[in-house]
Amino acid sequence: MQIGPILRAVGNVQLMSSSLVLPSLGIALWNDDGTAIYFLESFGILLVIGLALFFATRGASGELRMRDGFLVTVLVWLTASLVLAIPLVLAPPNLSYTDALFEVVSGLTTTGATMIVGLDQLPQSVLLYRQMLHFYGGLGIVVLAVAILPSLRVGGIQLTKGETTGPVKDSKLTPRIAQTAAALWLIYVGLNVLCTAAYWLAGMTFFDALTHSMSTISTGGFGNYDASLAQFDSVTIELIAIVFMILGAASFGLHYLAWQRGSMNPLARDPEFRWFLGIIFGVALLVALQIWLGGRFPGFIESFRHSLFHVVSAITTTGFVTTGFADWPGMAAAALMLVGFVGGCAGSTSGAIKVVRVVITAKLAMREIMRLIHPRARFLVKIGGSSVPDEVISAVAGFVTVYIAAYVVLSLGVAATGVDLITAFSAVAACLNNMGPGLGAVAAHFRDLGDVAVWLCTLAMLIGRLEVFTLLVVLTPAFWRE
Amino acid sequence: MNILILGAGQVGTSVATALARENNDITVVDTNEEKLRELSEKLDLRVVNGFAAHPSVLARAGAEDADAIVAVTSSDEVNMIACEVARTLFRTPMKIARVRALEYLRTPELFASGHVAIDHLISPSQRVCDYIERLIKYPGALQVLDFADGRAQMVAMRADSDGALVGHALRELAQHLPAGAEVRVAAIFRNKKAILPEGDTVIELGDEVFFLADKKSIRAMMAELHRIERPAKRVMLAGGGNIGMDLARQLESRYSVKVVERSRDRTRAIAEALESAIVLTGDCADEDLLREENIDQTDVFCALTNDDEANILSAMLAKRMGARRVISLINRPAYAELVESGMVDIAVSPQQITLGALLSYLRQGNLARVHSLRGGAAEALEAVAVGTAGGSKVIGRRVDQIDLPAGATLVGIVRGERVLAAHHDTVIEGQDHVIVFVADKRHLRKVELLFRAGALAV
Repeated sequence: MQIGPILRAVGNVQLMSSSLVLPSLGIALWNDDGTAIYFLESFGILLVIGLALFFATRGASGELRMRDGFLVTVLVWLTASLVLAIPLVLAPPNLSYTDALFEVVSGLTTTGATMIVGLDQLPQSVLLYRQMLHFYGGLGIVVLAVAILPSLRVGGIQLTKGETTGPVKDSKLTPRIAQTAAALWLIYVGLNVLCTAAYWLAGMTFFDALTHSMSTISTGGFGNYDASLAQFDSVTIELIAIVFMILGAASFGLHYLAWQRGSMNPLARDPEFRWFLGIIFGVALLVALQIWLGGRFPGFIESFRHSLFHVVSAITTTGFVTTGFADWPGMAAAALMLVGFVGGCAGSTSGAIKVVRVVITAKLAMREIMRLIHPRARFLVKIGGSSVPDEVISAVAGFVTVYIAAYVVLSLGVAATGVDLITAFSAVAACLNNMGPGLGAVAAHFRDLGDVAVWLCTLAMLIGRLEVFTLLVVLTPAFWRE
Repeated sequence: MNILILGAGQVGTSVATALARENNDITVVDTNEEKLRELSEKLDLRVVNGFAAHPSVLARAGAEDADAIVAVTSSDEVNMIACEVARTLFRTPMKIARVRALEYLRTPELFASGHVAIDHLISPSQRVCDYIERLIKYPGALQVLDFADGRAQMVAMRADSDGALVGHALRELAQHLPAGAEVRVAAIFRNKKAILPEGDTVIELGDEVFFLADKKSIRAMMAELHRIERPAKRVMLAGGGNIGMDLARQLESRYSVKVVERSRDRTRAIAEALESAIVLTGDCADEDLLREENIDQTDVFCALTNDDEANILSAMLAKRMGARRVISLINRPAYAELVESGMVDIAVSPQQITLGALLSYLRQGNLARVHSLRGGAAEALEAVAVGTAGGSKVIGRRVDQIDLPAGATLVGIVRGERVLAAHHDTVIEGQDHVIVFVADKRHLRKVELLFRAGALAV
């Protein structure tokens, strides 16, 4: 264990994250809404903590090794969340530290679950701060998912990508992590610019367009209004949101290739992305039928409009709502919560299990059935025509098992605090999958949960975002023995 | 013709044999002196010992004067390089090479003019696969041959008691078939002897009937000769070599395919290449495995290993255990004759198929295709009528005016997209693809000459 260099890396990130407050400080000064002082104080505190770490570890020498990556990743997320909660305590809405931490983790992990009611009355500076958390978190996630987790070999995805034929072959886009990160940064910002422009042209104010684009591409789901996207009541805006949520939940590695080749082929030919679209439309159709026949909306077209929007919002783990779905009849509400477990594609800003892992697990189940029928046959699990190596299959199976186990344990923990089961299980699903809204008492916000439940949900968001194993590895004694 | 054959393997030897007997000047190049000696003792040809792609070896073999070079060594790379060398150094007009690796075949641009200098590419496994696929498509057919890119097909069948035409004269055929069906019986083999089909020829039980038909009429005609069989659905392939794997890949989207392969490593490679076919590890003559995989409900069982004996035995076993039809790859002609009337329904000879392909390129005249029938005893040719009415022996003439040798029948014509069954008054036009059945191979040359452009002027 190389404590020195690890802390130095954490300090660097800490110092950078203090800059997160600056846009809010700027807009607070511009609007002169009286919140500037809080952001200035926060900036001061963050800067001091960052500089302290920076100078304390200045002399630390030694190279970071791959295994240190687990600890660095966990520490960066943890410390960033802890200190970035400060502004929300100081500035309105003056949350308690527990609630502020929940809000910040929700922002950074691009979950989008909120503690705040009365968003419409908050000053722009605070709203921008929440959305900056999404923007920053989404970027961190992309770099994490494309450049860092693959090298740590978490959950088997790296090898799948490495073994797939065609354009996805390069799990690393460029030879060096730093270059890859820079390329991803460009694409991420580029998508944000496009999305902002689209929202703006569709009738949002520039501020709303910018901030909502931040929560769309990062598949976060924070809005500036309590009513979320229903505020705008526009089919155009819903369609734009659908398109950019899907783009945010597609692999950024593929975006990079598509951009480099000037063609959508890498996306269109990617088996995972095709599965992703297939699941979206399949589930949207079923849910539309259910809510239409259940009498929630008049007419199939309108049912499909709301169904498609919420299915995309749930599966990409964004969590925007228009009509909301907690009151939808029959299986519709449960289906939307469950589709959140699928998540988007590997290497995207979305959370949850990820399409490729779900597909591999389903094919694995199919293979077991076929094996019983044909005991002497050789069956391979294939993605896009080439077989998935056995070690990846077991990594994926392990991942899904642990993911479900974490879900069950945390849900029981939240239920133990006294909330009803639907609220408990949906709250943890919404947090673990980094989706946002749940059912029951957490359909719109998480204020009604007790402190213990909030801490468990905060933990669930981090576990989900760090792909379970990253956190579990650090919590294993064997990791610390050497 | 002066022909250079590189490689004295199975195909090289049989090409050399066929061509040497037809009065060509043949030189065979190989590195195996033993094989060469054997060959030169048996046939009237020249042999050169050496590495086939080396310029000096080619020069020694007389590449300078060769009209054609046939590269059929066991290495794709040697075959390709030899053709390159022949073009660059000796300007050989015709270069034919066998290429087996799928990796090369997948990019046909490689062999377009101006690139790898191969005029005609032969991939045996591809041809064998196509051949077997056609057999599977038409249950009951003994042989299915493509003419004019598949627009017309010639099918061989054995007449059984359920065929509507059996026991009737051929002229009644027109009443049996739907209007507009272009079908012509090309030949009938009764007790291994060819009978020239006439209007009053009566089809008897057990006759082997060859007929030419356009694609849409094939099934109707088959029902005239044989009980109507339901189309094949379940196919089992024994042996996962190149042919087994390629065939499985070709079939798996339309049939339910099982492949049996002995080597565990190889099964993995096959499973990797296939999408929906089931790949089984085991011996193809393992009774338990066959029973476990429902051999009794299998429509077609194909034995495709490279071992004739293993193929015959596993095909016989599958037949006894209830497979509806069994097909076996058999290279030795003697074996093929031995088993075809007994326990194995169809013997397929990869060598014959490759040979047919090679010969169609090498034969003079404008032959587009030559198919060997009945183990090489008879041939079916597809010739293109070229030239003008004055300069050709066929164009502008009626079928009964064409001077065909005895035993040769003009069966049909493919004109553009249309297939025409030949009648005595059908007139041949320029660019027609004419299909001729030659019951006696000795007359082959005369037919070839008939279709040679400008033959009259010589």
